[in-house]
Amino acid sequence: MYVAVKGGEAAIDNAHALLADARRGDRSVPEIGTDQIAEQLALAVDRVMTEGSLYDRELAALAIKQARGDLIEAIFLLRAFRTTLPRFGYCEALDTGAMRVRRRISATYKDLPGGQVLGPTFDYTHRLVDFALAAGVEPPPAPEAALDAAREEDAARMPRVTDLLAGEDLIERESADADAPVADLTRAPLGFPASRDLRLQALTRGDEGFLLALGYSTQRGYGKNHPFVGEVRIGTVEVGFVPEELGFEVPLGEMLVTECQMVNQFKGSAEVPPQFTRGYGLAFGQNERKAMAMSLVDRALRAGELDEERRNPAQDEEFVLSHADNVQATGFVEHLKLPHYVDFQAELHLVRGMRAEIAVRRAASAQGESTQDESASETKEAAE
Amino acid sequence: MTSSTTSAATPQGVRARQAAMRLCALARTDELDAALAALDAPADVADLRRPETGLVMTRGRIGGDGRPFNAGEATVTRAAVRLPTGEAGFAYHLGRDAVRARKAAILDALFQARPDAVEVALAPVADRVAAERAREARQVAATKVDFFTMVRGED
Repeated sequence: MYVAVKGGEAAIDNAHALLADARRGDRSVPEIGTDQIAEQLALAVDRVMTEGSLYDRELAALAIKQARGDLIEAIFLLRAFRTTLPRFGYCEALDTGAMRVRRRISATYKDLPGGQVLGPTFDYTHRLVDFALAAGVEPPPAPEAALDAAREEDAARMPRVTDLLAGEDLIERESADADAPVADLTRAPLGFPASRDLRLQALTRGDEGFLLALGYSTQRGYGKNHPFVGEVRIGTVEVGFVPEELGFEVPLGEMLVTECQMVNQFKGSAEVPPQFTRGYGLAFGQNERKAMAMSLVDRALRAGELDEERRNPAQDEEFVLSHADNVQATGFVEHLKLPHYVDFQAELHLVRGMRAEIAVRRAASAQGESTQDESASETKEAAE
Repeated sequence: MTSSTTSAATPQGVRARQAAMRLCALARTDELDAALAALDAPADVADLRRPETGLVMTRGRIGGDGRPFNAGEATVTRAAVRLPTGEAGFAYHLGRDAVRARKAAILDALFQARPDAVEVALAPVADRVAAERAREARQVAATKVDFFTMVRGED
């Protein structure tokens, strides 16, 4: 049981003032602007928005600045901020098929309709530290390719890779059952068994590192399901919302999102012939590692539904979903450092008591043994 | 676009209004100021609802095309205004910029009476957005790849 403490106000105030000072750092170094964070540390902003479960670039950039670059702390700030705002309602589902793609790759088809574009990627870089960046060298403008008619047509027509296989029924189809209610874990606590929509919501805001490790574990044999990246696409989509007072869909603006379609082998079941199954990942911003890890874990969590043996951590939805949220996780781990004096005093009392008891018992049995020894030696003496 | 010939209540009228709202959502504050100035917007606009920031829950679809799921929230700022001539205008924008949302609501109200004029006033926004998108598309197109599968030398 946790017993509260009081006092320490002056020390806490001064610690926070010291924090502000340390956050600012050396005053001879120019202060960083939130616009610089939003523009130049964009992927950190994307991660904070995704796991903070709040799309707002400026706010995420400010949270990163406030948290001194501690992204989980920044995520916590975003989660706290959202609780101060009213909820206007639910958006129309994003149409990722109509995405203006900035990057789109497939590991399953080299010649997919619409083509593959690498976009701004770390892939194929040599991972050599670039000292030109430290020297402040301006990069040359990015090359541009002329948009001929064929290319413009490509950009307009970006079917999902999963649609290509769906034509032959080689891949499972998703049903767009519009009437089913959509679970929302910000409104009702997580319960088990969890529906796939609820799992995907929890995974989207789940910790990237945790999901990465779980996804990796499935690849190493802890719930193997032979994944292929059917497609990763990154780009902007329009967000639509139907306000009650207007009764038609209002375009709110655009969001950058990352989507991953993982395609997995499936041996079939009593009802379903062998075919490919799908795992799905979605993240705010450019967040490819997260979307890929999420799609691996989404697929692993479907083990029960697909009659696969559930023996591994990534297939255990209660284990995965209960531990994926890094704000919850850090709250419970970090609360251990708060004063637990009464708690610990009780434990200390208990341990002292146990030790005293053991000492008494030892003394008693030592007494008994020595009496035995004496009587034994007496017997021996008597025998001599 | 000749939306003046269509009533606001028809599907075409709604589409034209959505198109103007889309441009307002993509516009910068200074661009909305320029459009309001070009339209000689009235100064005494009443707030039907003071600009307010809240949340909407965005949704994805399972597999991209299946059942919806809640992907995460976004900040949204809304404003509702009434012109002295009686038209009401609304704006819902991603983000927390109350000033920008209110300006967009005024443009939406003006659109009720003078759709063609508002479209003309927003044309620079449409041009800027189109130019930026074309530039991005050209940059992305320059990263288009053709992978070749190598023949493995094992016969």
